[in-house]
Parts: sequence; C-alpha cells; structure tokens
Amino acid sequence: MLTITPSTARQWSRIGSRGMYGQAILDLAEQKEDLVVLSADLANSSGLDRFRKAHPEKFLNVGIAEQNLIGVASGIAKEGFTVFASSFAPFISMRASEQVRMNLGYMNLNVKAVGIGSGLVMGFLGNSHFGIEDVAVMRAIPGMTVVCPADCGEIVKVVHAAAEFKGPMYIRLTGGPNCPVVYTEDYEFTIGKAIELRTGSNVAIIANGSMVAPSIAAAAKLEEQNISAGVFNFHTVKPLDLEKLNEIVSSYDVLFVVEEHSVIGGLGSAVSEYVSSLENPKRVVIHGHPDVFGHTGEYDFLLNRYGLTAEGIENKIVSIF
Amino acid sequence: MEVNVVAKALDRYGVEQMALSMRRRILEMSLRCEGPTHLGGGLSLVEIMAVLYGSIMNIRPDEPRWENRDRFILSKGHGVLALYTALAEVGLISEEEFRTFKENDSNLISHPVMNLDLGIESSNGSLGQGLSMAVGLAWAARKKNMSHSIYVVMGDGECNEGSVWEAAMSAAQFKLGNLVAVVDNNNFQSDGASDEIISASDLSSKWKSFGWIVHDVDGHDVEKLTAVLGAVDSIDRPTCVVAHTTKGKGIDFMENNNEWHHNRLTQAMYEKALASLEGK
Repeated sequence: MLTITPSTARQWSRIGSRGMYGQAILDLAEQKEDLVVLSADLANSSGLDRFRKAHPEKFLNVGIAEQNLIGVASGIAKEGFTVFASSFAPFISMRASEQVRMNLGYMNLNVKAVGIGSGLVMGFLGNSHFGIEDVAVMRAIPGMTVVCPADCGEIVKVVHAAAEFKGPMYIRLTGGPNCPVVYTEDYEFTIGKAIELRTGSNVAIIANGSMVAPSIAAAAKLEEQNISAGVFNFHTVKPLDLEKLNEIVSSYDVLFVVEEHSVIGGLGSAVSEYVSSLENPKRVVIHGHPDVFGHTGEYDFLLNRYGLTAEGIENKIVSIF
Repeated sequence: MEVNVVAKALDRYGVEQMALSMRRRILEMSLRCEGPTHLGGGLSLVEIMAVLYGSIMNIRPDEPRWENRDRFILSKGHGVLALYTALAEVGLISEEEFRTFKENDSNLISHPVMNLDLGIESSNGSLGQGLSMAVGLAWAARKKNMSHSIYVVMGDGECNEGSVWEAAMSAAQFKLGNLVAVVDNNNFQSDGASDEIISASDLSSKWKSFGWIVHDVDGHDVEKLTAVLGAVDSIDRPTCVVAHTTKGKGIDFMENNNEWHHNRLTQAMYEKALASLEGK
C-alpha cells in the first residue's frame, strides 16, 4: 500500500491530483478483488492508463456518455462490486446530475463518483471544463457524502477510505501537477472528521482541497502581523464535522472559509448554514470563486485573480481585522 | 447447481387470464386511489408484464432477494399499474400491501421505489435511466458468471431521451446477450401522438442499427410475445423487442385516447370500463 513519506509526498506532488487518483486506484486494485473502475473516455486524463493496462478485467469504458457512466456504474454497484467512476467535474456532477440523484441519491447505490480537474485547474480549457458549482450540486442531493482531499497524499487516503465506505460519495479532485504538499507523513484520516493543522485564537481558516496548503502559508504570515490563525482541513464537506465546528465556534472570533469553488453552495455555505443556526454564532466569511463566468487563463493567473493564494487569503483576513 | 424455476410457468391461457386479472386490478386500484393514474401506458403494458412474470422470468416469490433471480427494471416508471398488478399476481406484493397504492407513506406510489422485498428492483420515474442500470446489471452478471437475465421495459416516448441511446450503444459494445429490452410501442406520449412530436414509427431499424437483435411483435399477442421473449439466447448481442401496443388497451373508450395518459377514474367510468373489459 502507498505510504506518505517526505519522499513520496514530493514525487506525488509532481504527478498532481489526477495522476495520483490513478496511482491510488492501481494501489487499491491489488487489495480489492471486486473493484470495478469506469471512465467516460477520459481514462488517460484520470491517470488510469497504467491501471487499465494492468487490470483490464476491472476497467470499463462507456465512451463519451456521462449519463450512461453513472447508470452503468450504479447497476454494477447494485450487484455488490466496489465501483469508482470518474470524469471531469462538471460532466460528472452536472451532465449526469440527475443520474447521480436517482441512482446514488434516491437508490443510495454504492458508487464513488470522482470529479477530476475540479476548480479552475483546467485553465485555458475554460469555464466549460471548470468545477465551480460541483460541490453545491452534489451536496444538495440527500445521502451523498462529499469529500475534497487536500493533497496527493490525502487522495490516497480518500480512495482507500472510500473503497471501504458503504454509500454513495462524490470525490472532488482539485489542483494540478506540482500541487503543494500538506502531508509529509502518515496520519489518521476518517471520512467526516475534520483535521486541525494549526492552532490559533483569532481566526479559524477552514479550507479543503487545493486551498489547504495556501491557508497554512497564510496563517504563518498572519502570525507576523499578530493575527493568530488556526487552520482546519475540512476534507469532508458533507456530512460536515459539527463537533469540530462547535469547538471552532467556541474558540475563535471569525470563521474564514476558503475554497476553490463558487461562494454559492460550497463548504462556505455548509459552514454558514450550520453556524447561523447557533444561539451564539460567529462571523463567517466565505472566500471563493465569485458568482461569475469570467475570462480564463493559466491556473495560477486565475488563482491570483480571485485571491485564492496564500497572499490573497492573508490580505483578505487582514482586511477583516 | 441451482435449478431455475419460473414462478408461474403459465401456458398461453394462463397468461391471458393473468392479463385479464391484471386489467381488473388496474381499474380497481385506479378507482380506489381517487386520483389520476397512468392508465393508458399501464394498460398497454399488461401482456408484456403478464408474459414476463407469468411464464418467462425466473423468480422466487417466497425468496425475493434470491441471487439468481432474473432482474426486471421498469424504465418507463409511470407504467406501475402493470408492474404492481403483475407483482400482486405472482405473490411478491401481498393483497394487503397492494391495497395501499397511493396512500400516504405507501411503498406503492405512481413510480416504482426500489424495494427488493416487493420485487421492485429500482426506483424510476425519470425517463431514460433504466437501460443504463440494466447494462450495469448485465455486465455484473457476466462478470460473476451468473446465468440470470436482465429485462427492462421502456416506452417509445422514452426513446426520445438521449441517454437511452448512450446505453444502447454500450450494451452492444459490451456484448450483453443477457440483456433484453422491451419497448412498449404504443405511439403516444404525454403531449399526444408521437408522430406529431418525435415519431416512434421506425424504432426497429434504430435499435438494429445500434447493434441489437430486434424482434417486432404484436405486444398484446401472448403467444407471440412468449415465443420471442422465451427464445432469447444470444451470447453476444442484446435483444430488443419492439412490442406494438395500443395505449389504453382493453378498455374501448381509453384505447388510443390520450386523455387517459394520466387521468382519474370515476365510479361511473369504472363501471363502464369494467363492462368494456368483460366484453359486455
């Protein structure tokens, strides 16, 4: 089984999230006899090339047909197999969203739907390929678990945990090659349990996916300006870790939620929905992609434009205090 | 080695009697629920369902989750009148359960809700999704070296949905000889005659061109349906039975009258309908 070490973390970071998904699946195939992995003509883009050559009997390509991808995956899952199906985030979460709703939601079938290239990483491919609403869509479907891993090491953790988890799940992969490393050694990962990465007292930065690493960097910079920031990896958007959130609300003045997703419907919304119901709520600030289809460019250019960087997070938090 | 036993190995007469009983039940349940039901597209399906449940499918009503059972999916989910009545006829749905149709909180509503103990394999209602699941079920059966078949019933109007054709392509590609689709070709859909919306007049050649073995058959002729559905033994090609049916079949004032796509049966109409059914 793949293990997180300083060395593997470095190697995996170079591969990026999509390649890492494929590696994690390849790793899983050695242990899971009943694994079936589906793609809608994006096996290579999902990092599944090695897997499908090594385990052709466990791989099924339905062609460019995401609605069918989810239906077929669901039929196979219904017969007891461990099923992963991937496509680019908007295609699997929106083109096939009603199939997800009927099969994974309504019928609660045990399919892991994987949205690759979510957020803005598709860069010049443009808004057609971006995943800025996928969490909102998937989170709204009853029964769905929604997970967004923080780095390549956490992708390995999520894929293995998902294979053992009974129930439908959306796994959202953000970030590209050379993505920042959050974890350099093994750690305990549990679906639904948020992880405190840094303790502070003024502001709790609540992040997931690609935004965890810049949040850690921003917290260090904020320290220099006498703002004490805690950082929390809320890899699971649904079900939200309410226990951890209660601790945060009782310990911090401001909850600053940062995500590579629209400010509508994502982790920030999930946190707000809960915190606003409390008798003594705290201020929640959502820092994400604005509610627009903007002009596109390189991934880094876009992250900078929307302040989805360590500096952008730092500046926004400074402006609050 | 499991010996497959058809739940009700009915002969032609038996299936025809089952179909008659199903139509009586359809009228009763439509009257009892005091609200609209999908009568037209339920009545067109009756012989198809009676043949499948009366003489073709391997199921065990006393063991509904039997692993080797044939799987059935009603992709045209609004056809439940023909599904629930067939399940009641074979004993998968008890008479007590059957009478709960469209009561608040019932397991039996206007579209199927997955309930393996009642023989309801999947939740449907959103058209164009059942065939994809059936492809998955058929692929999984092959993968597990199991010999059961997968039956899916669709509407001709449902074939407007693009996802049907995504699934059709994949079934042929995956060589799913254990998959049988029946299209209830009644030539009507919600808004009227299919010819005036999206024509369903040439479905056979479409399915053929998608790589399926296709049989055109009178969808109310029990003998012909049985012959076609009972002889599916392809190793590597899925089968599509285009069943030419009459919407509202069996009730003279409902036949080919799309007002009965989804309508309420009053007591007076019920009595008229029953008289029509009994040939009085």
